[in-house]
Amino acid sequence: MAAPKVGTFATGLVPLPAENVDTDQIVPARYLKVIDKAGLADALFHDWRFEADGSKKSPPFVIDEPRYAGHGILVAGDNFGTGSSREHAPWALGAFGIKAILATSFADIFKSNALKNGILPIVLPAPLHATLMQIAKDDLAATVTIDLATATLTTPDGAAHHFPIDLFSQKMLLDGLDELDYIRTQGGKIEAHETSHPGTINTLQPNTPR
Amino acid sequence: MHEVTSPQAFTGLRGRGLKVRRPDRTVATADHSIPTTPRNLPIADEMAAAQVKQLEANCAEFGVPLHGWESPNQGIVHVIGPELGLTQPGATIVCGDSHTATHGAFGALAFGIGTSEVEMVLATQCLLQRKPKTYLVRVDGTLRPGVSAKDIILALIARIGVGGGTGHVFEYAGSAIRALSMEERMTICNMSIEGGARAGLVAPDETTFAYLKGRPHAPQGADWDAAVARWRTLTSDEGATYDKEIVIDANTLEPMVTYGTNPGMGLPISGTIPNPADESDPAAARALTRALEYMDLRAGDSIIGRPVNTVFIGSCTNGRISDLRLAANVLKGHTVAKGVRVMVVPGSADVKRQAEREGLDTIFRDAGADWREAGCSMCIAMNGDQLAPGEYAISTSNRNFEGRQGKGGRTFLASPLTAAATALTGVIADPRTLPGMSR
Ligand code: SF4
Repeated sequence: MAAPKVGTFATGLVPLPAENVDTDQIVPARYLKVIDKAGLADALFHDWRFEADGSKKSPPFVIDEPRYAGHGILVAGDNFGTGSSREHAPWALGAFGIKAILATSFADIFKSNALKNGILPIVLPAPLHATLMQIAKDDLAATVTIDLATATLTTPDGAAHHFPIDLFSQKMLLDGLDELDYIRTQGGKIEAHETSHPGTINTLQPNTPR
Repeated sequence: MHEVTSPQAFTGLRGRGLKVRRPDRTVATADHSIPTTPRNLPIADEMAAAQVKQLEANCAEFGVPLHGWESPNQGIVHVIGPELGLTQPGATIVCGDSHTATHGAFGALAFGIGTSEVEMVLATQCLLQRKPKTYLVRVDGTLRPGVSAKDIILALIARIGVGGGTGHVFEYAGSAIRALSMEERMTICNMSIEGGARAGLVAPDETTFAYLKGRPHAPQGADWDAAVARWRTLTSDEGATYDKEIVIDANTLEPMVTYGTNPGMGLPISGTIPNPADESDPAAARALTRALEYMDLRAGDSIIGRPVNTVFIGSCTNGRISDLRLAANVLKGHTVAKGVRVMVVPGSADVKRQAEREGLDTIFRDAGADWREAGCSMCIAMNGDQLAPGEYAISTSNRNFEGRQGKGGRTFLASPLTAAATALTGVIADPRTLPGMSR
């Protein structure tokens, strides 16, 4: 898997003013039967977007509205991504073209999964979040610029706002470094730990036959 | 690991030419997408069949032990780990599944990870982590008859909300937690993630050791003694401080039921459905309005007496033998309400065998319930066990998200006792009104 690389990008906003958007809404479980990562764009928010017969809802769900076509930043409610650990959620968001999500908080596992797939989960203070939600609804031409190197988000009025990001994730994404490759450089430490912590768990060999 | 969140991790390993570093610390089962119909039938759903086959091929290629589709040890990953004695105090346990928190009941640090992280662990047995914050959940007192572990955790989540524990690990402590069996502790730790915490744990004690002793993968002889001596040290220091704390009085808890579309939307069973107009926070009011619309429930109505179409007893939250015993005890000698589908799905093949040894299957069947093979089943509705649009279920599982139990389906989460009481009447019923449960 090539590591995602993120730098600076400017794109439009899509408003999704719902709190606690859960992973079962982001990708319903019946789309988890895939054995690869491809083709999840249609699974994204599937049951909010499609009728039972597979046709798009009318009026369409917000991400399908033509006026938001090509907009890459989702402005969502608090605790986005609550629920399961399915990485299919960021895979589907990425496949659809979402590059960043703005919310007042994120569920832990979703946040970690998003970062590993080059999607920025950006936590904003409530007033700025509310302003951007309003802009997303009212000003279709508005673009927001996100610069990962400086961890700044520039609103349409030109004001730059710093956002918090884990320094390690920031570096990995900026340089397109792969986390697994990084861990593999620590082989010596892993071996030393295994030697000093032999442990009592062996999945291969039961101690007591059943 | 299980069939749903592992295939892409193996593909990653193959692409990099890597092996599984510690097959002896890795274990797999098939639980999510498999049918719960008799095991001599093939898997009808082609995608599910392909996923299970892929898991078998991956495990064979990489030397990972698999308790698969036809194994006598098959079951929900969070049920078989403890059952086999693989879940041990002090271990760090991860799985591509958010309910990995279940294993925290043993004093293990157990949490769900994404598939990229599954690949990292398979390759290196390591993960990069930031230290989480700590959150003490102290439950004091004694549970009243008819109130169970599930009600403790639903009450906690109703109080702190589904994001309340974000960034934290819960430690469950207090006299009410100490008094619980391991299976009850697992029920509580299981739903830590529904409170926003990736992990939740209980310090190991005599109850933990008694549960583990003699299990297939538990240490034996001198190794056992040494392990127990080490495990005894895995408690928080006297006077330890936490980043957050909450105290719950077990004496005052009632059976809990959720009415909305996230697990935080729960209330004591004697309560009435809240009114969005009473919410001071506009976002919460909006969420509640939407939830009541989806659930087609009216503010002010009591939750008792709401009709259900289906009763689901199972899942990694409440699919263990003690859960089935509680439900069977309620159903024994009765029949379920007319027109109500009652599905009982054991959490593992071992739970199923044990239940059959005790004759619970006969009790369920005689009552008119459906007794099935082990798996996740209608907890996640990936395998064909699902609600029709608009149907209501009372479910012992852990998530009531929109469509979780089938597109358009509506879920009330509750304990096995409440679910079984509801099965008898066809409407949500208070288990405390059952014989032998007087207040
Ligand atoms: S029973 Fe439900 S919550 Fe538990 S592992 Fe299976 S799908 Fe997940």
